[in-house]
Amino acid sequence: MKIREKVIERLILLCAAVSVAAVALITIFIFSSGGPVLAKYGVLRFIFGNDWSPTSGSYGILPLIVGTLGVTLGALVIGIPTGLGCAVFMAEMVKSRLAKLFRAAIELLAGIPSVVYGFFGLEIIVPAIRDYLLPMARKLDPDVPGSGFSVLAGAIVLAVMILPTIVSISENAIRAVPKEFHEASLALGADKRETIIKIILPAAKSGILSSIILAMGRAIGETMAVLMITGNMVKVPTSPLDPAATLTGTIAMEMSYAAPEHQNALFAIGIILFIMIIALNGIAQMVAKRFGGETA
Amino acid sequence: MADKEKAFEIRGMNLSYGTFQALKNIDIDLYKNDITALIGPSGCGKSTFLRSLNRMNDLVEGCRIEGEILFDGKDIYGKEYDIIALRKKVGMVFQKPNPFPKSIYENIVYGPKLHGQKKKEVLDEIVERTLTEVGLWEEIKDRLNKSALGLSGGQQQRLCIARCLAVEPEVILMDEPTSALDPVATTKIENLVQELAAKYTIVTVTHNMQQAGRISNRTAFFLSGEVLEIDDTRKLFTNPSNPKTEEYITGRFG
Repeated sequence: MKIREKVIERLILLCAAVSVAAVALITIFIFSSGGPVLAKYGVLRFIFGNDWSPTSGSYGILPLIVGTLGVTLGALVIGIPTGLGCAVFMAEMVKSRLAKLFRAAIELLAGIPSVVYGFFGLEIIVPAIRDYLLPMARKLDPDVPGSGFSVLAGAIVLAVMILPTIVSISENAIRAVPKEFHEASLALGADKRETIIKIILPAAKSGILSSIILAMGRAIGETMAVLMITGNMVKVPTSPLDPAATLTGTIAMEMSYAAPEHQNALFAIGIILFIMIIALNGIAQMVAKRFGGETA
Repeated sequence: MADKEKAFEIRGMNLSYGTFQALKNIDIDLYKNDITALIGPSGCGKSTFLRSLNRMNDLVEGCRIEGEILFDGKDIYGKEYDIIALRKKVGMVFQKPNPFPKSIYENIVYGPKLHGQKKKEVLDEIVERTLTEVGLWEEIKDRLNKSALGLSGGQQQRLCIARCLAVEPEVILMDEPTSALDPVATTKIENLVQELAAKYTIVTVTHNMQQAGRISNRTAFFLSGEVLEIDDTRKLFTNPSNPKTEEYITGRFG
């Protein structure tokens, strides 16, 4: 019996070790592959360089960073109000049965493969921008370039993709606000809208902020859908209607045909992504701790 | 008693949650500037009754009310009745102190701000006046911008009363306001309630018979959703007309 306990304990330890080892190995691999290029080329030159032409040995990823941030911020601008509205609606406005239906729909959204989102963007969003938005923009300025493949298209599709994260975490945070606050507010003569805006949302702010930061991480990391619809032009986009390339998209597209140094430069992009995501996770945890104490 | 002004007139009121009838045929008057205590065993409907006086039961799914509840002569469940105005005039203090997770100052000015008061001097004045009224001003005037959650339970409850006073209600409903507090804090709240009765009409639910005896001048005895007896507190406690009341107040059940 005692031996059996020991064996099981070791097995569980092994399982835990595998996941830690995976993270450690990936980290080591990325840094050892990408690190030398970063060191040789110069980190600042790599990050702030404006020219990405791997064939001529020029590795500046500023256009990729701007592309990624543009698409991500666009997605947040669209996704946060929509997601928060949806979370408030489900947590506060509707009867539980209808909320269940909504929740199921949102969860379904999380289960759709990203390539399907990309296909949707390719078939619906990109043509819509090309056929409706661009002609309108050209009425103001006939020289607006573009084909529909754009930062805006990426932002719209990503906004839908991050909805499940924002909605489910925010809804939980809103539901966790004690109903006593709600009652106290109503008893002072507040209506529902005032109670939600002035009491419930501030009390749930740590959860809401966490949801936004996690959504941001998801948006930065999303590859396939964005790759299919942003046009992958390695040039700093100057308007939402411009095409752009992202960090992840570039890795995915170029990895298959890259020469060794180019390949290592792609790994260096991986390092930058890695650091961005770790920083975001750190911020998310800090936010949860910082504001968590206040609502508890 | 006849010369006293009525605050609430309840006529033939029935209340049910789904199929469960929580209140049956309530027919009582509550008078202005009285402290009316509602007593009775758990589940007898006294809290439910209290919460229907400012329509807090509206929040409960499946809650249905029949009959009339007149406040200043108007039916508060009438179609045109303005619930916001009702809740402004009929404030409420809850069982568990429930200050908002905001500063002490923000807690008190929440109500006045909602009702359109924006002037800083007026809000400052409201904070000082209400905190003085509940006897907290001297204790906490130096930390008005600190979180209200840092106060002790008794202080929090007095803050909640101050928050309620800040919207200048006519009636204050209290739902077992001392049940979560220690004896010292309880005494303070009890004294406060008696002082407030000079200006406000108070209706309080209490589990504690001694408390009802100490602070109220009128008492209603609830049992199984009915008001069995309502009378002067002294009369009800010394010479109840219903044998059930006597059994309850002498501790034979409940």
